[in-house]
Amino acid sequence: MYKLTNVVKDYPKGRATVHALRGVNVEIADGEWLSIQGPTGHGKSTLLQLLGGLDRPTSGSLELNGRDLARLGEGPMTKVRASQIGFIFQTFNLIPTLSAQENVETALVPLGIKDSARKSRAAEALASVGLSDRARHLPSELSGGQQQRVAIARALVKEPKVLLADEPTGNLDEDTRDEIIALLEKLWQDNGLTMIMVTHDSTIARRAQRLGTMRNGQLTVKQTVK
Amino acid sequence: MFFTYLWRELRRRARQATFIAVGLALGIGLVITVTAASAGVKNAQSSVLHSLYGVGTDITVTKAPTAGSGNGGSQFNFRQSFGSSNSKSSSKSVNQNLLTSDFTLSSITAAQVTAVTQLKNVAAAAGGLTLTDRIISGSFGSNFTAPTSQPTSGTGNFQGGGEGSSSSSNGGSRTFSGGFNFGNNFTVEGVDLANGELGPLSTGTISTGRTFTAADAAKNVALVDSNYATSKKLKIGSTVAIGNTKGVATKFTVVGIVKDSSGTTEEDIYIPLGRAQTLANMAGKVNTIYVAASSGDKITTVASTIKSTVSGATVTDQDTLASQVTGSISSAASLANNLGKWLAIAVLVAAFLLASLLTMSAVSRRVREFGTLKALGWKSRRVVGQVIGESIAIGIAGGVAGVGLGFAGAWAVGKFAHPLSASLGSTTGSATPGGPQQFGGNFPGGGTATSGTGGTNPFRGAFSNAANSTSSVTVHLSAPVTISVIILAVGLAVLGGLIAGGFGGWRAARLRPAAALSKVA
Repeated sequence: MYKLTNVVKDYPKGRATVHALRGVNVEIADGEWLSIQGPTGHGKSTLLQLLGGLDRPTSGSLELNGRDLARLGEGPMTKVRASQIGFIFQTFNLIPTLSAQENVETALVPLGIKDSARKSRAAEALASVGLSDRARHLPSELSGGQQQRVAIARALVKEPKVLLADEPTGNLDEDTRDEIIALLEKLWQDNGLTMIMVTHDSTIARRAQRLGTMRNGQLTVKQTVK
Repeated sequence: MFFTYLWRELRRRARQATFIAVGLALGIGLVITVTAASAGVKNAQSSVLHSLYGVGTDITVTKAPTAGSGNGGSQFNFRQSFGSSNSKSSSKSVNQNLLTSDFTLSSITAAQVTAVTQLKNVAAAAGGLTLTDRIISGSFGSNFTAPTSQPTSGTGNFQGGGEGSSSSSNGGSRTFSGGFNFGNNFTVEGVDLANGELGPLSTGTISTGRTFTAADAAKNVALVDSNYATSKKLKIGSTVAIGNTKGVATKFTVVGIVKDSSGTTEEDIYIPLGRAQTLANMAGKVNTIYVAASSGDKITTVASTIKSTVSGATVTDQDTLASQVTGSISSAASLANNLGKWLAIAVLVAAFLLASLLTMSAVSRRVREFGTLKALGWKSRRVVGQVIGESIAIGIAGGVAGVGLGFAGAWAVGKFAHPLSASLGSTTGSATPGGPQQFGGNFPGGGTATSGTGGTNPFRGAFSNAANSTSSVTVHLSAPVTISVIILAVGLAVLGGLIAGGFGGWRAARLRPAAALSKVA
């Protein structure tokens, strides 16, 4: 799925330059679940953004199914994000003025799917995360766990090949965290997704197939014991 | 999804959206009100012109008298004999009805009228002859001092009232004294019956009797202004005495009473042009040409052509008239066109700026939202389109409210504005003690035009009847809101939305998803 070769990411911060990634090399197979841990500010989220095509490396190559995302134009990159990559954020990032179902639909809008088909697919995605009865609720009317479920439904409704999750349980209590991780694991298994998850929680991290550690902009990966 | 998202977002920031819409509404409402008021002032000015020169008249043509031409002036002459040279004293009475042309206007020939009629873009042209009839009555006496020898020469003078004297080379002299009444003046307009749609008479309506017919061309018939008729107790069948250059009166029969829509006509009495020319000893001549252009956009071209066709002509169109009108109508015009216009522009610019700033601020607060949408695969232009759509929706709401405010403002202008006065005529400069003075009203008679330099007074404000100021018109100001003004308002509303949305959209387009999401994490 992914092949990163000597990926470097620098960005300016005032007069200084921050070296967020200092030559990352890793291959991620199809259908793999890779967790990434590490101290804050060592490049975990930066790596995830590059994997999601939200940013471009300063140097190196980052291939997704053979296409170097570093060299893609903005238009093609947007299409890749729209069709192949699902995101889940720590803070859920739901649109506050749209209902749960409408939030899920926003992931289908770039694909040009007609209204009726969009609505039915969104309803199915909500049902798959157990929130059919909350379809018309606004995010402010949902609990944290419910909001994250909506975000998961939004990420998966377009049937992506990759699911990128940045601290998906960071804002949830323990019980809810377990629920969400169980849900993610089930969806990963059922859909054959390639899932890359950044997490501080070692318990969650160890559930993955491989565990990566980011330290000073460099990644080391090892197999987990299952 | 577009309209759902748009509507939900506007509802979320309803207060801000309302604030922006109100600002735009105020600006647009002011633009509509000022535009309507300007149109109303223009209409009022137009009605002033039309009330003086006729509904169909676009241009008037007059000529200034040349220097030293005398131009008829307002002389009156009479010879009186006081008997033998030994006569000690005698007294004589005078009663004359003297008809003269306006001394500020030179005559225009029939050939020149024809030449104007035949010009390109001239729909019609008619000659008019404006005259003043002065009734001079009174008496004077004299005392004689015997000469010492036969006189070989003599000089003398007598002015309209008071005293004068004459003397001769043989030492003889005569002193004169007496008094005259010059107050019974009235204006007479010779009307071209073949082109009745032009000229001052065309604004009037017949309240009693009939108007002129072609058969009246050589008859002693007259139409009388309703105010004049009231003051002189004239009715259909009454006679009015109109003089000639020799002071001899001819009786004209009143066949119609004319009422002007503005309440004031320029003239007191209207008679057929041919009769006026005969009485004024101006056969084949007029002193004003009234011209109708073939269309409104041709007026300026026609005016320019007439200037080169009729040498020495003063050509007046509505714009020239507007610049010479004094009175509250000119203040209203100044207020609407200057202060009003710039105030409306200032408020509108401020509203646009405010809308833009608030929209940009709203976009800044939605960084995470837009970054998320871009992460989901939304194209930049889709996100920008959402922002612009929200701004245009606010703009349209402001526009609708602005149209309502504009109608209300225009209604208020029409309802509460005082009637405007328009005075037309030459005025002295502002350095005149007591302020600018307008020629018109009293003139005791006598005197000749010794200089015809400078512009003609095309409005004949000089020497008119003091009791009937024919150079002043009262008009009511309305503020019409036309469809083009409403379209302008809608256009401004959309423009306001586009400008505000453009600024906000530019901000949204520059957002990099990674940076947007990093701000949140």
